[in-house]
Amino acid sequence: MTISGAEALIRALEYEGVDVVFGVPGGAILPAYDPLYDSPIRHILARHEQGAGHMAEGYAWATGRVGVCIATSGPGATNLVTPLADALMDSVPLVAITGQVPTTAVGNDAFQEAYTTGITMPATKHNYFVTDVNDIANVIHEAFHIASSGRPGPVLVDIPKDVLNAQLEWADPENLALPGYKPTIEPHPRRIREAVELIAAAERPVLYVGGGIIKAGASDALRALLDATSVPLVTTLMGRGAVSDSHPLHLGMPGMHGTYAATTAIQKSDLLIALGVRFDDRVTGDPDYFAPGAKVIHADVDPAEIGKVRAAEVPIVGDAKAVIERLTEAWGTRPAPDRKDWIEQVQRWQRDYPLRYEQSPEGPIKPQFVVEELYRVSGGDAILVGGVGQHQMFASLYWKFDRPNRWINSGGLGTMGFAVPAAVGAKAGMPDELVLAIDGDGCFQMTFQELITAAVDKIPIKVALFNNSQHGMVTQWQHLFYNGRLSASQLGEGAVDYVKLAEAMGCAGLRAEHPQEVAPIIEKAMTINDRPVVMEFVIDRDEMVFPMVPAGGSNDIILMSRDDL
Amino acid sequence: MLHTLSVLVEDKAGVLARVSSLLARRGFNIHSLAVGPTAEVGMSRMTIVVEAPELEQVKKQLHKLVNVVKITELEPDRSVEREIMLVRVSAQTGNRSEALEIASIFKAIAVDVGASSITFQVAGTPSKINDFLELIRPYGIVDMAKSGRIALGRENKAKRLKAIS
Repeated sequence: MTISGAEALIRALEYEGVDVVFGVPGGAILPAYDPLYDSPIRHILARHEQGAGHMAEGYAWATGRVGVCIATSGPGATNLVTPLADALMDSVPLVAITGQVPTTAVGNDAFQEAYTTGITMPATKHNYFVTDVNDIANVIHEAFHIASSGRPGPVLVDIPKDVLNAQLEWADPENLALPGYKPTIEPHPRRIREAVELIAAAERPVLYVGGGIIKAGASDALRALLDATSVPLVTTLMGRGAVSDSHPLHLGMPGMHGTYAATTAIQKSDLLIALGVRFDDRVTGDPDYFAPGAKVIHADVDPAEIGKVRAAEVPIVGDAKAVIERLTEAWGTRPAPDRKDWIEQVQRWQRDYPLRYEQSPEGPIKPQFVVEELYRVSGGDAILVGGVGQHQMFASLYWKFDRPNRWINSGGLGTMGFAVPAAVGAKAGMPDELVLAIDGDGCFQMTFQELITAAVDKIPIKVALFNNSQHGMVTQWQHLFYNGRLSASQLGEGAVDYVKLAEAMGCAGLRAEHPQEVAPIIEKAMTINDRPVVMEFVIDRDEMVFPMVPAGGSNDIILMSRDDL
Repeated sequence: MLHTLSVLVEDKAGVLARVSSLLARRGFNIHSLAVGPTAEVGMSRMTIVVEAPELEQVKKQLHKLVNVVKITELEPDRSVEREIMLVRVSAQTGNRSEALEIASIFKAIAVDVGASSITFQVAGTPSKINDFLELIRPYGIVDMAKSGRIALGRENKAKRLKAIS
């Protein structure tokens, strides 16, 4: 019996085990939406394709599976570019399916035509333009394999409408035919031996770990290595939760807004054991002054990351989990080296330079206080989703992460507006978990329409909206580096009544304007589970994120507060 | 510094765009790029001359492309490099024979002869082609086109000697 290309597409998604897809229909993709109507796959109708893309990312982060989003040709596809670029930067496994104008119209400036594979080429790990209906099942199978293996990333599949409408005999996908794609998983044993020798000999080593640990599911393995070697550890923005923040050797997040202890330990170290990280400029500051006395062991599944920014004495290509397990095995039963002085030193930095802020009982509300209250009232058992900006940094610094896959944010691309749709996707994938988005008002105004999606589709996320009526991080930089000239960063005090806005979208809306109102509205929000909740916190407009290393500066100079300016 | 890369790629639509777009966005300057079929069915070979301070990143980034199967860096002394050039030279009755004489030294072939110009085809190493171009330049170059470099690695010496013995 023959079926249509559209039916084959949906069957191929079912074959890959897809349970939820996020999308927006339109002319060219319409054939695919007809068989989707009968499929057990749940479709969540985003209000904007960018929302659909970030939802798929949030789903992928929270579940560890491939997120799927669907859009039509032209503007549908171009609206996906931001989430694709975001997923590429943060190694999120995504499969995006886009409709295309019929093959005969391609290249003729047809209605809603855009050169999707060309536009998304630099924003995807790989992409496909399907011209033969018989290729659909194999292409989808390859797309899922490429998205989820090696260094994960987004893969786009563009299918013209006539291909979706053509007939074929269904056949299960065949073996992968990817002669140029063979990610290295197992590390080279010689490199592992070299790494162990360096770790054993180091006096001031630091484990610098990131998103690669989370992606590889290597947290347990990492704890075993940590126990065996007793090396102080820092987790990057993407690696928060890789090891519990309560671990005595955990110094927190390093970098531009990292803790003093984490950033300084790296600077003073004689060995960096870099696992699943890419020496991002937000971590290194000026790379010429980054960890100047350190040798580097750098392990990554993507060989191009090794030596890209910093040369490594021991380069290790391999999956983080495999690398860490091999390191621990090779370490064997040798005792943890005595590094009492070093451990005492880093712990002294932790004690002497803690994170600090002051919450006056009269107000205004400090954002740090809100993060701590959210943690306290919720018991910390939540999937936390961040937007981009000050609130994101406060969330990363003040929340206490205790396990992986519980912190979802846009790290590399820094996509404002990420939080609300990503939270919707996370909650769709993990309906029994508390999914809490921390968002700024600047970010919120970019994508809040996805709360309508959440309300209509009964996806009860909670949003903590940090309202300071401005692009907070931009304002901070303007105060610090542009003589306080607040050019185009102010959103208008009281411009939006967020409680009314939330209610208008079918959500609950709550507001706190004084410190004593913070806990009560969080408690109230925790009792509302039949619809999304927006908790608006009217926060101190003048608060800045500290610690801070000014952009492009040396990590030796850390501003701890305004007093250091 | 110029490096020559021989890149085996799957013969799929858009591969050339993927390779050139990647090199461009990573900031590597393409000096020349030639692409054509290879002995293996479904594969093409690209010979890319790229300008980069060091080649490691170029190779690693290229390897990330799913359709790139194999990358070989061709060292000038361990490979054969060739280029073909078509050059139209202004050749009046007075200097026509001189131009033809230079051409014959370089084994350049006159592929088109008109009333006021001759078009030569010359193939060889990039340096031979440049030498020819410099010698012929005084006659007046009307137009020219170069193929871009193509190259293959030489069979290694030990293997070569074994084959002879």
